Amino acid sequence: MEALDLARWQFGIITVYHFILVPLTIGLAPLVAIMHTLWVRTGSERWLKMTKFFGKLLLINFALGVATGIVQEFQFGMNWSEYSRFVGDIFGAPLAIEALVAFFLESTFLGLWIFGWDRLPKKVHLACIWLVAFGTTASAYFILAANSWMQHPVGAVFNPETGRAELDGVQGIFAVLTNSTLLAAFPHTIATSWLVAGTFVAGISGWWIVRSVKAGRTEEARLTWRPAAYIGLVAMVIAGIAVIGTGDAQGKLMYEQQPSKMAAAEAQCESTEAAPFSLLTIGDLSNNCDSSTRLLSVPGLTSFLGTGHFSGPESFLPGVNDLQSEAQARFADQFGPDQDYTPNLMVTYWSFRLMIGLGVFSAVLALAGLWLLRKGRVTDSVWFSRLCLLALPMPFLAASFGWIFTEMGRQPWVVAPNPANPVDNVYLLTQQGVSTVVPAWSVLTSMVIFTLLYAALGAVWFFLLRRYVREGIEPEVPTSEQLPGQPEPTLSFAY
Amino acid sequence: MDLSVLWFLLLAVLWTGYLVLEGFDFGVGMLLKPFARNENERRMLLRTVGPIWDGNEVWLLTAGGATFAAFPEWYATMFSGFYLALLLILVALIVRICAFEWRQKIDDPIWRNRWDWAHTFGAWIPSVLWGVAFANLVQGMQIEIIDGNHQLTGGFFSLITPFTLLGGVTTAALFLTHGAVFLALKTDGEVRVRAGLLAQRLSIGSLLVAAVWAVWAQLAFSSNVFSWVPLVIAALSLVGVVIAARARREGWAFALNAVAIAAAVALIFSIMYPNVMPSSLNPDWSLTIAGASSSKATLQVMSVIALVMVPIVLAYQGWTLWVFRARLTGAQIGSATGLHPFRERSFENVDR
Ligand code: HDD
Ligand code: HEM
Ligand code: HEM
Repeated sequence: MEALDLARWQFGIITVYHFILVPLTIGLAPLVAIMHTLWVRTGSERWLKMTKFFGKLLLINFALGVATGIVQEFQFGMNWSEYSRFVGDIFGAPLAIEALVAFFLESTFLGLWIFGWDRLPKKVHLACIWLVAFGTTASAYFILAANSWMQHPVGAVFNPETGRAELDGVQGIFAVLTNSTLLAAFPHTIATSWLVAGTFVAGISGWWIVRSVKAGRTEEARLTWRPAAYIGLVAMVIAGIAVIGTGDAQGKLMYEQQPSKMAAAEAQCESTEAAPFSLLTIGDLSNNCDSSTRLLSVPGLTSFLGTGHFSGPESFLPGVNDLQSEAQARFADQFGPDQDYTPNLMVTYWSFRLMIGLGVFSAVLALAGLWLLRKGRVTDSVWFSRLCLLALPMPFLAASFGWIFTEMGRQPWVVAPNPANPVDNVYLLTQQGVSTVVPAWSVLTSMVIFTLLYAALGAVWFFLLRRYVREGIEPEVPTSEQLPGQPEPTLSFAY
Repeated sequence: MDLSVLWFLLLAVLWTGYLVLEGFDFGVGMLLKPFARNENERRMLLRTVGPIWDGNEVWLLTAGGATFAAFPEWYATMFSGFYLALLLILVALIVRICAFEWRQKIDDPIWRNRWDWAHTFGAWIPSVLWGVAFANLVQGMQIEIIDGNHQLTGGFFSLITPFTLLGGVTTAALFLTHGAVFLALKTDGEVRVRAGLLAQRLSIGSLLVAAVWAVWAQLAFSSNVFSWVPLVIAALSLVGVVIAARARREGWAFALNAVAIAAAVALIFSIMYPNVMPSSLNPDWSLTIAGASSSKATLQVMSVIALVMVPIVLAYQGWTLWVFRARLTGAQIGSATGLHPFRERSFENVDR
């Protein structure tokens, strides 16, 4: 394999891994903050227990999120140095702003939250976790600004002297930070994160409801786990609706900005009006339109996603073949007549469906959960408990497939050309972006090391989360045994 | 002043922030195995930096991001050229983070001991390698111009020379001293006494290595008389550390060591100036500040953001240090531990 392919695999592996941890942090931090607020407001012991229980899970996850994030910051320079040269003028700014505005905030105040339980006034301590939550969300905004710029470059001009993309004057940064792609991707990603974390809280609390009812601790199930499950379920339902709404908005933008991504998502070869949305398509793995057959489809739905019209001339969507010839004609001078401009159909098609399917499935589960727990009910149904465990991985997978779709659908571009602005030369093929001085064996070495290290740390992460989930909360003990003012041994966060 | 020169200075500031703050985290981490005599002391060591190490590390991320934004050519050339060295640093930083956060989660001596080794590795490797990296920036590297772009072609082993290795020893020595002084400042009782004694010895060592390296750097690689200024400041502060450590003035020792690290960064940057990556093959191939810098618009935007945000960050990080200003004693550490690896407390209760 060449350095290019290895670098792409490495980027994909490392980034998808980072984004397994990221949405949980982004969503769980505010949920823990809500629980902490409920404790400060009501003084009720159960919210303190929930804050500490989920807070510890948050910390276990946060550690690995930070550790894998550091690699992200440097790997553009390591594996994608030519890309970095080309885009640094614009792309580096959101990264630096992210560190200054978001990373400092989240890491400093997390330290204060962990170690500040008995040092800070109650309300100041509460403010710390809210600042952490704010920091994680802000970091998503700035990194997505960088990513959205690669999907849809704005605020940039090409400087023929240096051969690089440069910021289009000082106001260029405002264009980058208000990119329409960003304004759609940010709420979609945040909603995704809330869906992930809502499912995490609801799934774990639901599983504990069954477990504690079975053990005869019905009070614990009713008073502590059920309210927590409720918070998670409500977050899931709201996030589910928001994910669908913002996803629809993204689809419309994508049709304007990256038509071949939309066409590839549907494996739609010929341009057509009233394009259907297929639920199942079979074909072979060659990236070839003619080999696929649709088995099941919903008429006009793809057109609706892309244009807001089910049929008629407004519902016209271009197909892969036309887009390919268009791009070949346009870039022939630069990249030769044979360059392929079609993303991998198989991957985009399936990742798009899995993203939607798995995500919507989670939202439906949330409705079922709300029904089962209505009006103060708790349950000891084994089925409910299994469903809770089954639900846990679904939104994580949906989110990963969402990114795989977004990023693979952008290929072969690493900076996709902005179709509304075709003269400005701000675009780059992925193959032009890779580092030239780094030999394939170096990339392979780092890929093997990171993959093994991440696998080992992932196993520890899973073990720790599982162990802390199963431990549950301090069972009620007769008051005589409790020593006042003594910190509960395993509930303390600090080390 | 030219904005790109301002950013060259600001990067020196960001690296100073990183090396001064993370320097004592690394120092404490390097001392974790050899210094602490029992579990209580190990936890005390970790607790001294517990609330702040993560915030300290973000100075590195900021320096990285700011290099990307203000000097894309520098970012691209340096990180692709330092590939394997950087890989090692990243691995070390990753395991160190997990060692901090996960060590205490499971109550098992074998588990803790493994994480302590991971921590030791994670503290020593970057302490040495950051020194090697900066020494390379002073000494010059195999930079060539290929297709109009600067590229570092030498690979990993071209970065290792006696001078750069001594640079690595110097940073490790400075950080070890910094860590010992920090421990003496943040603890009470027996640990404070021992850390103070250790700091006395280490400070003499770091003064000697640092002096040799700095004079070597100045005589062999500087074309610039002004770099004598930070050199002299660094030397005087290190002498001050030795005196303060003897006098048990921990606050002074810590502050002077911080000044010495800052002066060392100033020395390195003033020798580099006006280059950011000097070429040892041909001076014309050196990557200069002007050649590496991004456009004026980007620099203006970044300047506004940095000038607003850096003081805010300094304010709340300073406040954090204030909140945790109290000295730690062994008694405060308590017996709190993590969970038993397998036996579930609640589950026992459930079965009962
Ligand atoms: C949508 C959100 C999102 C996305 C797409 C990314 N990250 Fe991330 N990142 C976060 C959201 C986040 C976070 C929520 O802020 C994290 C996750 C866990 C954590 O502790 O903070 C984080 C941690 C984190 C850290 C450690 C921060 C610290 O020490 O506090 C760095 C350096 C990065 N990330 C850098 C990146 C880069 C360069 C990315 C692009 C390739 C990237 N992240 C993708
Ligand atoms: C965290 C969520 C993200 C995930 C899961 C993700 C996933 C991926 C995947 C799977 C690829 C490989 C595509 C391919 O090789 O065909 C890729 C490529 C890439 N992504 Fe992302 N990405 C994420 C965020 C980002 C962000 C925020 C940026 C920039 C700020 C970014 C920059 C890139 C670059 C430069 C490539 C090109 C390398 C390549 O084509 O392999 N990604 N990403
Ligand atoms: C009806 C439901 C959904 C629709 C119509 C939808 C639509 C989209 C579209 C069009 C994109 C690509 C944007 C681009 O390439 O510019 C996208 C990206 C993404 N989707 Fe969805 N999506 C839906 C549900 C979900 C769910 C349930 C999840 C996760 C739980 C999810 C997670 C993601 C993620 C993480 C990305 C990549 C980040 C981004 O570009 O914002 N999506 N989605």
